[in-house]
Amino acid sequence: MDKHVTSSAMRQTFDRRTFVVGAVQGGIGLLLAARMGYIAVAENEKYRVEAESNRVNLTLIPPRRGWILDRDGSPLASNRADFRVDIVPERLNDVDGTVEMLSNLLDFDAAEKQDLRDKITDSAGFQVVPVASGLAFEKFAAVSVRLPEMPGVIPQRGYSRHYPTGPSVGHLIGYVGAPSREEYDLEPQPLLLTPGFKLGKDGLEKQFEQELRGEPGARRTEVTASGRIVRDLETREDIQGNAINLTIDGPLQDYAARRIGLESGSVVVMDCESGDLLCMASMPSFDPNSFSSGIGRVEYAMLRDDERVPLRNKVLKGLYPPGSTVKPMHAMAFLKAGIQPDESVVCNGGLRVGNRFFRCHSTHGRTDMAKAIYQSCDTYFYHFAQQVGFDVVADFAHTVGMGEEFDLPVTSQFFGTVPDPAWKLAKYGREWQNYDTVNASIGQGYYLASPLQLAVMSARMATGTIVQPRLIKQTGHPPFASMNFEPERIAYIRQAMSDVVNGPGTAGRARLPLEGIQMAGKTGTAQVVSLSVSDGRSGPWKYRDHGLFIFFAPVDRPRYAGAVVIEHGGGSGSAYPVARDVMTFLFDPMKGLDALHRLEEQWGGTAQQRLAARYAQYAAAAGVDLPPPPDAVQLAAQVDAEARAASLEPESVITDAIAPRAEGQPGGDGIST
Amino acid sequence: MKKAVTLPAPLAEIPWGVLIPLFMIVGFGAAVLDSAAGGSMDPYANSHLLRFGVFLVMALIMWRIPRDLVFWGAYPAYGAVLLMLLGVEIIGQVGGGSQRWLEFGFLRIQPSELMKPTIVLVLASFYHTLPIALIGTWRAIVPPSILMALPMGLVLMQPDLGTTLAIAFGGAVVLFLAGLPTKWFAGGAVAAMIAGPLAFIFGLQDYQRQRVFTFLDPESDPLGTGYHITQSKIAIGSGGITGKGFGEGSQSQLDYLPEPHTDFVFATMAEEWGLIGGLFVLLVFGIILRWGLNVSRAGKDRFSRLMAGGLTATIFFYVAINLMMVMGLAPVVGIPLPFMSHGGSSMMTNMICIGGLMMVDRWNRQAGTSSL
Repeated sequence: MDKHVTSSAMRQTFDRRTFVVGAVQGGIGLLLAARMGYIAVAENEKYRVEAESNRVNLTLIPPRRGWILDRDGSPLASNRADFRVDIVPERLNDVDGTVEMLSNLLDFDAAEKQDLRDKITDSAGFQVVPVASGLAFEKFAAVSVRLPEMPGVIPQRGYSRHYPTGPSVGHLIGYVGAPSREEYDLEPQPLLLTPGFKLGKDGLEKQFEQELRGEPGARRTEVTASGRIVRDLETREDIQGNAINLTIDGPLQDYAARRIGLESGSVVVMDCESGDLLCMASMPSFDPNSFSSGIGRVEYAMLRDDERVPLRNKVLKGLYPPGSTVKPMHAMAFLKAGIQPDESVVCNGGLRVGNRFFRCHSTHGRTDMAKAIYQSCDTYFYHFAQQVGFDVVADFAHTVGMGEEFDLPVTSQFFGTVPDPAWKLAKYGREWQNYDTVNASIGQGYYLASPLQLAVMSARMATGTIVQPRLIKQTGHPPFASMNFEPERIAYIRQAMSDVVNGPGTAGRARLPLEGIQMAGKTGTAQVVSLSVSDGRSGPWKYRDHGLFIFFAPVDRPRYAGAVVIEHGGGSGSAYPVARDVMTFLFDPMKGLDALHRLEEQWGGTAQQRLAARYAQYAAAAGVDLPPPPDAVQLAAQVDAEARAASLEPESVITDAIAPRAEGQPGGDGIST
Repeated sequence: MKKAVTLPAPLAEIPWGVLIPLFMIVGFGAAVLDSAAGGSMDPYANSHLLRFGVFLVMALIMWRIPRDLVFWGAYPAYGAVLLMLLGVEIIGQVGGGSQRWLEFGFLRIQPSELMKPTIVLVLASFYHTLPIALIGTWRAIVPPSILMALPMGLVLMQPDLGTTLAIAFGGAVVLFLAGLPTKWFAGGAVAAMIAGPLAFIFGLQDYQRQRVFTFLDPESDPLGTGYHITQSKIAIGSGGITGKGFGEGSQSQLDYLPEPHTDFVFATMAEEWGLIGGLFVLLVFGIILRWGLNVSRAGKDRFSRLMAGGLTATIFFYVAINLMMVMGLAPVVGIPLPFMSHGGSSMMTNMICIGGLMMVDRWNRQAGTSSL
């Protein structure tokens, strides 16, 4: 270093260096000014937009869902203005604290609290979790007041789906629910993340999702960073979804569902002229109103544990051996094959085929076609089915809709089985045997049909045309193809079926209590287990026979046709009173309702009341230790799979003849089964 | 200039050249704080003005302190503040949590803040007494290094990186002005370039490291630590040239801007007052700093010169780092903007610096001999 540092040299150094420091400071000052100028002027546009997108929040308003109307325009599914609370889990600070506070504010019990916690855990975070809907204003206000302590909780006024007749339409209409993670993955739209938005989960709600959905509205609001709304800037109204007009007759649907009462079963009624399905009731059912606000674990457990499978739509997914209800149809097949109505057999309580004896449920003596139908003689069908060959019969069965699917807007329908030699070979690798023909000729063995198919069969037989069922209301209908029977042959079958009810047949008690209107029908009893296990009428519920009945009315000019299936009803005697009352209601509602009210007094209220009472009872007994309910989509798949499993053909080949049940006593005594 | 204005003698003596710009910037700060509180003088603007008033009285008292008292008080003051820093550290250890302040009854003192002017004072004093011939020898660098390293180490342990850097900067400027050989600074720069990455990896806390990463790429974490920088730039950028108008800044009014009344008060201001407001603030700081450097240049001895230069640098450090931070040119280090941000510590430190500068200015005006 410089050894001769002097004070003046030091002074110079200092001046130089203060200049450097000043220059650096000035330079940084200029740099900052330039930087600020760049941000504020050159990039002003960009940051202005970003500030605006910070400030303005665009929220979607869930569209009001289109109504589902019955044939007369009355709503089967409508919307009700309500107060609702939702949660966006992602925005929650303290999940446990929020759940606790909400549960207190909304008076949740332990199970509901656990449901809410599970739903939050399972959600994808950004997805909306519904907490409660249909709230009283006091509770809604209580939640709204505490909002600052519960970020992520969204109380809203909105609309909730309302099903005026509740369980009566549960299976038919389905229900709605908040979109699941999978549904969002399939359709990644912001609307699916909007609080309060629900989409169809099952039934027609799911099938017509796009039509019913509508266009969301939008609201532009000024919001703070924490999401508090400062003021509304602009609102665009939503556009309500389109209404779906069904062929269903709402009152009839409700009546039929209620009339099934304590039994497990289904009622289908259709208009023979247009093919309009007037009623597709399946009971017991769930309440779509409560399902739509989220399926609770107690409710789910109650429904799942019920052996009457309230979650299954039995109209479309219940498959039953049709039993004797196929006899008129088989008779028509014989006619087609050239058998004359007056060709007869002598029934001595059965028929010997080869070295085996196939029993008839009774001894009918000389039996022609009409008697075989109205007294349900098995021997007649054993005989002529073998004479014409079962292939011929099976072909005709397909013509009337057995083993067929129909062009209906439903999420799934089972088509059952019409056994024939080719089918058996493909399925079991075995040749068709005589006893197969014998079993199938009386609707047993491998035969399986759904109530819808039975109803369509009934309509097609009654009219002699290939009536196509439909669910969506349209004006007019294409003419149905004829099955090419001579009118007198159709009349013959109609008369034989009329005699089942109005003559010396098996269902005398099914006679309509109406002047001038007669109903025709055919009873059926489907065995569930062999005679060695149960007599089919008493003992454990699940071993009792299914009761079936197909019908149409009026006899001379059929307008309505349908089918009733009562699961494990103990025989056809459980089915035709239902058909009688439903048809009575159709022609004379007051008379029908009188009959129903008398019954409901014994049963303890309407279906909806009984479901509520059972829920209360079950919830009190069950407590919280129940598994959480599956997601609605999974649930639908699960119910479908269970229904399939339940209606499968037997694993192994049937090698025995079925011993038919006593198919009703001749009409007079009135205690037919 | 002041001689031209006829004022009563005591008033005429007051250094209006710095106080008038200071009133302007504090008043403007109060207006911004009023807006940051949603158009209310409470809770920020009133206490801001009150604190300024209190510390202005303090600065005016400092202004009257004679040079010799300050010169001889330098080492005791340094020792006292260092002890307080040690006290903070000990209490922090005992109490089981990091804290930065000491409680003296009603008074709460943050010793690390006091250390900023104190380090300048003690170094100025050291170089004043150091014979000129020794500049360039180890005796000119080792003792000051120890004087700086002790408080820096203690403050870093708190941990408070921003204050540590402020102490380092104030000290380094004194060293530079003291005439240490430039090649030492070059060497120091090289050493810093080597030590920097090492310190980054081993010395910094996780959250501090994260802030550096975020600074390098704010968009990488737009809702986390990058949120501050992004929102601040949006506030400044959306203000444009003339701003959105007083009380109309959506970024600050709707809480998008974090800390709108402390570290990011400049962004709050810029959103509502635009580039014009920003240039005004820069200009006023420029005037104050230029006055500070002029006081330094006019110093009659090394002690006055170095102390004024160091105090000016300390204020400059606050201003530069804060503004670079809010404009996205530096990581978020938590340094407030002097005279505008709401906060007692920074107001105290900066007013001590102003008081010190006013004091030196008074010494400069006093007739009398001066020595190096």
